[in-house]
Amino acid sequence: MPHVLLIEDDVSVRDGMELVLRRHRYEVTAAGTGEEALAVLDGPGGASVRLVVLDLMLPGMDGFEVCRRIRARSTVPLIMLTARGDDQDIVTGLEAGADDYVVKPVTAPVLEARIRAALRRAEPATGSGNTEDHAGLVIDRAGLTVTKLGSPVALPPMELRLLLELSAAPCRVFSREQLLETVWDHDYLGDSRLVDAAVRRLRTKIEDVPARPRYVQTVRGFGYRFGPL
Amino acid sequence: MRRPRLRTGGLRIRLVVTFVLVSLISAVTATTLAYRESRNAVLKRTQDAIQTDFRDRVGEVAADVDTPPDRNTLNRLAANVSRGLGSDLVVARYHDLAASSDTTADQTRITPELRAAVRTTGRMKFQRVEWHGEPYLVVGTPVAFDDGRTSELDVFTVSSLRAEEEDTAGLLATVRAGLVPVVLLTAVLALLSARTVLRPVRDLGRATRTLAAGDLSTRVTVKGRDELADLARSFNHTADSLQASVTKLREQEERARRFVADVSHELRTPLAAMTMVATVLDEDADQLPADSAMAARTVSSETAQLSRLVQDLIEISRFDAGAVRLNPSDTDLAAAIRSTLARRGWTDLVHADLPDGVRANVDRRRVDVVVANLVGNALRHGAPPVDVVLRATDDEITVEVRDRGPGLPAESLTHVFERFYKTDAARTRSEGSGLGTAIALENARLHDGTIEAANRAGGGAVFTLRLPRRRTEERP
Repeated sequence: MPHVLLIEDDVSVRDGMELVLRRHRYEVTAAGTGEEALAVLDGPGGASVRLVVLDLMLPGMDGFEVCRRIRARSTVPLIMLTARGDDQDIVTGLEAGADDYVVKPVTAPVLEARIRAALRRAEPATGSGNTEDHAGLVIDRAGLTVTKLGSPVALPPMELRLLLELSAAPCRVFSREQLLETVWDHDYLGDSRLVDAAVRRLRTKIEDVPARPRYVQTVRGFGYRFGPL
Repeated sequence: MRRPRLRTGGLRIRLVVTFVLVSLISAVTATTLAYRESRNAVLKRTQDAIQTDFRDRVGEVAADVDTPPDRNTLNRLAANVSRGLGSDLVVARYHDLAASSDTTADQTRITPELRAAVRTTGRMKFQRVEWHGEPYLVVGTPVAFDDGRTSELDVFTVSSLRAEEEDTAGLLATVRAGLVPVVLLTAVLALLSARTVLRPVRDLGRATRTLAAGDLSTRVTVKGRDELADLARSFNHTADSLQASVTKLREQEERARRFVADVSHELRTPLAAMTMVATVLDEDADQLPADSAMAARTVSSETAQLSRLVQDLIEISRFDAGAVRLNPSDTDLAAAIRSTLARRGWTDLVHADLPDGVRANVDRRRVDVVVANLVGNALRHGAPPVDVVLRATDDEITVEVRDRGPGLPAESLTHVFERFYKTDAARTRSEGSGLGTAIALENARLHDGTIEAANRAGGGAVFTLRLPRRRTEERP
């Protein structure tokens, strides 16, 4: 069963989430602080973690920092838990590398659905893929790997899915809503900031000069497109 | 700022009129008194001089008069007296005999009353008469002999007072000429003093208006120690206490809001835990004894209700604190509304009239909140079919949500957007938090839009969300 790392400081909430996730047959490791969670990831069980649920309000190291540190070592799907309406937290969390966010208080079915969706998006696609070379950026659609000028680029699931979606139709313009529907599944109220944040993160990894992108270009007033190169 | 202007009945006009009237009355009164005095003095002196001259002359001439006199004697007497007096008209009378120094002259100026007075008293008498519009002094005296006998001979003289009259008339003209500049000067002085009175009044008026417009820091400068300065001080004092109470009220309101926000936040953590595990109760309720199952289901559903309430309280607290920011993006409204309906499973319950191509720069999540609230209310409180109609003009976009229910009671139309307002007093609990419409309205206002509630002619309620095409902070 998928191994979920749960980072939440409030004991009741943490226990509750652990209980619910266990009932849905997830393997759960719970951590009360960011430091503890990072130790788990670096420890022997770290490699088996398939998904992280991270509360942004943490004592000690705050959630954003934890998020950045996790991203520095892993592309594991990451869902952040935020307080309702703290829009700035959402933006900052997405910038720090979270794939999705859930607003607290959250019901078990909603949380479980989000986790399931995030895991599904991170699954390797099956079927016959081929390798495409876009001016030095090599995308392996079957193996789900990306290399830039020969060196591998580690992309978290949402950034990878975004890149795959855009590069599947070079020069075609995708609106943010379209991308939310196809990449994020749009099973909840889409927030175009998810797309913008993912694009920004993707650019820092694949572009030579992120401020002047060649691969993922902005079409002002419409959305994004891949190329032209 | 309104320019002060001359108004009929205005303070300025009234002051000037009063000043001018007072100065006119005093000037006219003083002039009249002085004129009368000086005229009397002039006339009296002239009369005295004429009477003295006349008496002397008559005394001189009468010594040579034989008695009883005949016509010639009288003629001579009159001529002699007249010559001595500077050719005034002189008339001498003895019983029925009369002689005049000037036979052509009209003797009616010598009135019978004067003649009678001279005759009966036996002394010198005078009378002022008006003749052909000119003033004359008529003096009459009986001629007495040296031995004291009365001669029954009376002599009258008529002298013109025209010169004196002209002198006093000249005085009057001078005074009148002097009166005009005095009145003008008074008017100028009145205007000046009106200014000194009106400026503080105007300042006070302006200050009152700015205070009423909401600038509670408005004060006026207190100058001098007159009644207007008192008034200015009272104004400042009033403004002080007004500002103090408003500040206090705002602080209290702020504290109350803070308290609601704090309580909501404190409730959130335990609620997060309860919400998370509530489904476990639902899932396992079937395996519990009936009472426990019922209790478990109640706890679960009430937890969800409490959670909604707390979330809405937090949301409305954020609006109150001004902490809400719009996150607009170019949005296809038809698609957004369709998605709002689809996500809540309302697509088949609602008749949607959503023309394509209506795009606007809005916060999708907030529009979703508004539409979901309006449609949700229509489905809960109204009756099907519920219509959702999107329309766009050059200026605004409207989303109408109509139902065929009983509509809203007239008295609640203005209150439906109030927090915790219940249309039906009997229903103490509703499915929502009681804050839904209030939050919807706040969200509409955040877009510079509004929501209107009304009843349809054919029955049912209609809520209209109006969003301007261009918000005020957006650059054109």
